[in-house]
Amino acid sequence: MKEINEEWPIFEVFIRSKNGLEHRHAGSLHAADSTMAMENARDVYTRRQEGVSIWVVESKHITASNPTEAGEMFEPAKDKVYRHPTFYELPIELKHI
Amino acid sequence: MSSNLFEYLLILGDNSMILAHRLSELCGHGPSLETDIALTNTSLDLYGQVRNYFQYAAEIAPEQPGASEDSIAFLRRERQYRNCILLEQPNVDFAHVIVRQFLFDAFQNLQLEALLQSSDSQIAAIAEKSLKESRYHLRFSSEWLKRLGDGTETSHQKTQTALDYLYPFVHEFFDETEIEEIAAKEGYGAKLADLKPGFESILKEGIESATLKIPDSKPRFAQGKLGIHTEQMGYILAELQFMQRAYPNLQW
Repeated sequence: MKEINEEWPIFEVFIRSKNGLEHRHAGSLHAADSTMAMENARDVYTRRQEGVSIWVVESKHITASNPTEAGEMFEPAKDKVYRHPTFYELPIELKHI
Repeated sequence: MSSNLFEYLLILGDNSMILAHRLSELCGHGPSLETDIALTNTSLDLYGQVRNYFQYAAEIAPEQPGASEDSIAFLRRERQYRNCILLEQPNVDFAHVIVRQFLFDAFQNLQLEALLQSSDSQIAAIAEKSLKESRYHLRFSSEWLKRLGDGTETSHQKTQTALDYLYPFVHEFFDETEIEEIAAKEGYGAKLADLKPGFESILKEGIESATLKIPDSKPRFAQGKLGIHTEQMGYILAELQFMQRAYPNLQW
């Protein structure tokens, strides 16, 4: 017998909407364990045919960047326009780039 | 011929409909947001299957001109409903909801598998569509049964109580009525006796892995398929039929 755990842990849910596309974060939910998280995700996030594949991961296993460090993390990239590959001249025949 | 088929469709449809109604009572009252949605989804799956059975039943009821899926679902008298009385038992608590669901899902999976071979192509097609839903229902209820049975001392005890109460009802599934006997003989219905070994093994596995005990109680006397119901049924029908009785032919 396990100890009573009053709160179920939170899981993050990732859904792939069709084959060939990537999984995208759909939201989060509570579940007792990962098997139940999968079933909850199926019932909560794919009831309107939103997906063909589901990943669930307990939120505590995700390492997230700290919003208070956003300055040093992301701002330095702001004025580095030369990192975008927009300075190449492309031949007209080249499509879908 | 058409009349026995009609009554057989009522047995199939009523089981799903009365359980779907019980589950719909939980809408907004589930133990968690996630389970609330899951149980409501299950209810809607079952109602979808019921529509298939009753649309077909309405089609083959020439002696009832004007019969529709709605009139079959909502305008019969209590004695004309043919569900097993297990399915009308109240929700009580989450353990009862899960145990009732598990017992039905185990039976329904096997019955639908058998109906894939039905000589009636319409029944076979409904079974094929329903089976995918029913397999998921069984997976959901078995997983929950395990977690409740093998969870805490309290959840274990509540689940065993629910099982002790509900288990004696399951024998009615296999108590063959004349309607089912003819249906099986004519090839469009499932032979219930053939489903029993499979049912027992699903139950044994599910209940043992949930660390629960199969009660050794006697079968409960039950004649729901003959239209004789428990006192629960009146309350269900009052709620189920209110709109169609108060506003005949109501549409939205």
